[in-house]
Amino acid sequence: MKQGIYTILRNEKIAKDVYLMVLAGDTSAITAPGQFVNILLAGKYLRRPISICDWDGERITLIYKVVGGGTEQMAALSQGEELDLLVGLGNGYTTEKCPEKTLLIGGGVGVPPLYGLCKRLIAEGKKPQVVLGFNTAEEVFLKEEFEALGAAVTVATADGSMGIKGFVTDAMKALSFDYFCTCGPEPMFRAIEGMVQVSGQYSFEERMGCGFGACMGCSCKTKYGYKRICKEGPVMEREEIIW
Amino acid sequence: MVKTNVCLCGVEMKNPIVPASGTFGFGYEFAELYDINVLGSLSFKGTTLEPRFGNPTPRIAECSEGLLNAVGLQNPGVDRVLSEELPKLKACFQGPIMANVSGFSLDEYRETVKKLDAEKQIAWFEVNVSCPNVHGGGMSFGTDPKAAASVTAEVKKVTDKPIIMKLTPNVTDIVSIAKACEEAGADGISLINTLLGMRIDLKKKKPILANKMGGFSGPAIMPVALRMIYQVYDAVKIPIVGMGGVSSAEDVIEMMLAGATAVEVGAANLRDPFAAKKIAEDLPRVMKKYGIEDLGSIIGGAH
Repeated sequence: MKQGIYTILRNEKIAKDVYLMVLAGDTSAITAPGQFVNILLAGKYLRRPISICDWDGERITLIYKVVGGGTEQMAALSQGEELDLLVGLGNGYTTEKCPEKTLLIGGGVGVPPLYGLCKRLIAEGKKPQVVLGFNTAEEVFLKEEFEALGAAVTVATADGSMGIKGFVTDAMKALSFDYFCTCGPEPMFRAIEGMVQVSGQYSFEERMGCGFGACMGCSCKTKYGYKRICKEGPVMEREEIIW
Repeated sequence: MVKTNVCLCGVEMKNPIVPASGTFGFGYEFAELYDINVLGSLSFKGTTLEPRFGNPTPRIAECSEGLLNAVGLQNPGVDRVLSEELPKLKACFQGPIMANVSGFSLDEYRETVKKLDAEKQIAWFEVNVSCPNVHGGGMSFGTDPKAAASVTAEVKKVTDKPIIMKLTPNVTDIVSIAKACEEAGADGISLINTLLGMRIDLKKKKPILANKMGGFSGPAIMPVALRMIYQVYDAVKIPIVGMGGVSSAEDVIEMMLAGATAVEVGAANLRDPFAAKKIAEDLPRVMKKYGIEDLGSIIGGAH
């Protein structure tokens, strides 16, 4: 983990209520896709944890959904403004465990960290497939970007306005895979858990105090003891999760 | 050269800054970020006799200038604190350690302190009496002078180290509780713990915290803390460890003027992991600004 001041290079709307922010600054603390940053905002006491979508040697890309006062404030920020961030938080996806045929399953605002994961898996010579689930076509984002990486993408929308009508689990029926990585809402996780036969990794969300393991605000019980979503998580292996 | 050192219950500290229990783990997570030896001490995560998971999540809710927490004393239990956590803390911190202990019965308080007593680096016990007394109808030990005194007397039986009683502010008369602890043999008083509060989620129309209620901390509570420290300073002769919303070296001086000998930094650590270090390092500058040469000389100066 590192604390630093980051400059906003871009901050723009990419889908309904969804924004993309590119920040310039030290990215050396980021080690794995699925990690997150914790953002200090003027007038807010606690930081906002946001998953990392993509990063390189000097830039971090975040995609966030406006869900409350904090993210609303983020959406109003302009290019050139600076933000205080804690960077490289949490344990991300372990790509060593992902075989060639790994399925990436993203639901709504859970999609962004899978982009960095997809990029890394392809760099490792693997052939990930991607399933993205949204409520409706105007909420869809990152589809073309995943395709540009060379991944096969299937979109499912609840209202059928794009791709398969239904949920990610409906889109998964036609696909064969040996492993999966997912991020999204918990009802989606339960639906996945009810149909998959293979191992995988889930990325969880919880209200956090500090985001770096100090306050025990986001603890959960696992088969291997108590874990902090912010520190040992947010990514957990299927075998350790107590549903 | 200004003097930042203070003496708390006979123990010398290089400065009065102490990260508060529950906001600093067992120190080693923060030692990855900076040398925690810049701190006067640290009060480690509230330890109970048995391991505790604590409350269901959500355990955290944000407020204006603060937060609510209902962690529920999650800790690995005193045996694992001794075998796993303290060795890691001692590897990165050489100063005096404040051992924060909690219990749900007199026996639990006594046995927890007894087990920790042999640790040489533990300089003080900070005894949290905000927990419900399971044998006393669930009422918090800290809301009744007699119950608070009985905890004090019980732990005094098993240690010669200073006992600092950490009081809850959720009472009508904090002075009577502090005096009862002093009469029962307490060596110091630590205050304030969090203020009981609630937030409600407008979308779900239900309390945000799974526990419904939680402890409010952060800058918003500092005036309440200052008032209570001021009142208790007038009523007792033993030293006070002050806390409640401290976020700057200026706040530390304000707490000391009210009557605190040492000052804990809590919620600020969660917002900024470097907060305690920044405050400790900024103290000499702020002392000079206000013409203070010896920090120890200002304790209770506002009276």
